[in-house]
Amino acid sequence: MDERGGRPGVSGPLQASRGPGAVGERIVGGVFALCAGLTALVMLGIILVFITEAVGFFTQVSILEFLTETRWTPLFQEKHFGILPLLSGSILVAVGAGLVALPGGLLTAIFLSEHAGSRVRSILKPLLEVLAGIPTVVYGYFALTFVTPLLQGILPRLEAFNAASAAVVVGIMILPTVASLSDDALRAVPNTMREAALGLGAAPVDVTIRVVIPAGASGILASFILGLSRAFGETMVVAMAAGNSPHLTLNPLESIQTMSAYVLQAGQGNIGLGTMDYRTLFAVGMMLFLITMVMNQVSQWVRVRLGGIR
Amino acid sequence: MSRPGRAVKEVAFRALVGCAAFLGVAAFVVLLGDVLLDGAGSLSWHLFTNFASRFPERAGIRAPLFGTLWLLVLTAAFSFPVSVGAAIFLEEYAPRTRVTRAIQANIAHLAGVPSIVYGILGLALFVRALDLGRSVLSGALTLSLFTMPIIVLSAQEAIRRVPRSVRDAAYGLGATRWQVIRFQVLPQALPRIITGGILALSRAVGETAPLVLVGAVTFIAFTPGSVSDSFTALPVQIFHWASRPQDEFRGLAAAAIIVLLVLLLGMNTLATIVRNRFENRSSGEGRHT
Repeated sequence: MDERGGRPGVSGPLQASRGPGAVGERIVGGVFALCAGLTALVMLGIILVFITEAVGFFTQVSILEFLTETRWTPLFQEKHFGILPLLSGSILVAVGAGLVALPGGLLTAIFLSEHAGSRVRSILKPLLEVLAGIPTVVYGYFALTFVTPLLQGILPRLEAFNAASAAVVVGIMILPTVASLSDDALRAVPNTMREAALGLGAAPVDVTIRVVIPAGASGILASFILGLSRAFGETMVVAMAAGNSPHLTLNPLESIQTMSAYVLQAGQGNIGLGTMDYRTLFAVGMMLFLITMVMNQVSQWVRVRLGGIR
Repeated sequence: MSRPGRAVKEVAFRALVGCAAFLGVAAFVVLLGDVLLDGAGSLSWHLFTNFASRFPERAGIRAPLFGTLWLLVLTAAFSFPVSVGAAIFLEEYAPRTRVTRAIQANIAHLAGVPSIVYGILGLALFVRALDLGRSVLSGALTLSLFTMPIIVLSAQEAIRRVPRSVRDAAYGLGATRWQVIRFQVLPQALPRIITGGILALSRAVGETAPLVLVGAVTFIAFTPGSVSDSFTALPVQIFHWASRPQDEFRGLAAAAIIVLLVLLLGMNTLATIVRNRFENRSSGEGRHT
C-alpha cells in the first residue's frame, strides 16, 4: 500500500501484522463488530418499544380483559378491548391459507424433488421464486378485484369483503415458501433409501408416501409452521380484501379484521402520542410479534431437534 | 395390491402431484393477466408526469415513483454497508462463542418478523422518539431495519463460499486479517453480496405496511426535495387507489402495479446479471489453475 511497512509495488497481502498498521486493524475489526451489534439492537429496540407502550395500555385495560373480552371496539364511544375478535380473524386467515398452501406446497415439493426432470425443475423453481417476490399489495389487489368476484359467482352469500378471498390469496402467496423448504427437506433424503425401497418391490408412489415423506417429515413440518407464521402476520392482503370489521366469528364468508390489519388501520390516521388509540396499536402489535416469534422458534426447533435424517 | 390397481394408483398420484405443481404457475399467469388487462388502459405518458388527483383521468404516479426511488437509494445507503459489515464480522472475526450464536439466531429471528412490526418500531423510534417526523428519512430507516437481516444472511452465505484455502494462503504469506478480507475475501464474494443486496432491496421496494405506519401520505403534489420532506411510495399509492370503489381508480392501481413490477423485474434482472458474470469469470479462472 504505502511506504510505512509495506513493500513497494506489492498491494497488501505481504504487509507486516505488527507496527503502525495494528491499530488500524483493530479499528476495522471494531467497526464490523459494531455493525453486528447493531442488528442485536434492532431486536432490543422492538422489545423495548413494545414493553414501554404496552405498560401504558395494561394500566388501563387488565390483561384478563384483553385476553377474554369478546368485543374489540377501541375506536367507538363504548370502548371494549378484547383481542379475541382480532385473534380469531388472524387464525381464520392463517388456517384458510394453510388449507391452500400446505397441501399445494407439499405436492409441488414432491413433484419438484421426485418427478420433475432437471429441465422442468429449472423452469418451475425460478417461477416459484418470482411468485414469492411479488409485493403483498399486488396480491391484495388480486384478492379484491379478481378472487372475490370469482368466489361470489360460486357462493352468492359471500360479502364484498370476506375472510375466504384473503385466505385463498394468502395461501397462494405462501405456497412458494412451503414448496421450496419442503423440497429442500425431500431432497435431503438420501437416494439409497429410495433405491432400497424400490429394490424390495415397493411401487414409486409408496416409496414417496411411506419412505421419503416420513424421512423428510421434520423439514416438511418446519416449512408448514413457517408458512402459517407468515400467513398469520400478513397485512396487506387481509387489510384490502377481508374488510375491517372485527367480530368473533369463524365464518369465512363474513368480513373480519386480523391483528395486523387493525395495526395498519389504527396507524393510518394521525393518532396522538400517548392516547389510548396509539397504545392499542402496540398492545396488538406485541401479541402479533410474540405469536409469530413463537411459531418461528417452534419451526426452527422442529427442523433441528426432530431432524429425521442423521 | 393387484398389478392394474397399482398402475392406476401410480398414474393418479402422478397426475395429482403434477396438477398441484402447476397450480402455482396458473396462479401466476392469472394474476399477471388480471393486472395487465385492468391496467393497460390507464398506462400513458401523463401517468408518469402527473401528481395524484381526485379526478382519475388526471391522476398520475409522479410523487409515489419519486418517493420509491428516494426510499430505494436511501435504504441501500443505510442498510448495505452495515449489513455487509455485520456479515464480515460474523464470518471472519467472531469467535465461535455463545454470544456469536445468539447474534446469529437473533438475525434469523429478525428475518422472520412480520413487516408491519417494523412499521410499529419505525413509528415509535424514528417518527416519535427521534422526532424525524413522517419523512422520507423515517421511511428509509424503517425499511433499512426490515432489509438488514435479509442482506446479512445472504452476504454471510456469499462470504462462506470463498474457499478456506484462499484465506490460509494469504495468512501464510503474512497478511493481516483486514488484508485478507480486503484483498481476497471481498473481491471474490462481492458479486454475490451485491446480488443478495439487490434482491433484498427489491423486497423492500414492494413493502407497503411499514410505510403506511411511518406515515407515507396519500395525496401529495410534489416530489421529495430533501430527506425531511413528506413522501408517498408506489405500493402505498396502489393500496389507496385499489381501496377506492370506482373502477377508474382500480385501473390506475393496476397501471401502478405494472410500473412497480417492471421496476422489480429490472432489479431482479440486474441481480441475475451480476451473479452470472461472476460465475462465468470464476469458471474461467478455474481453467487456468
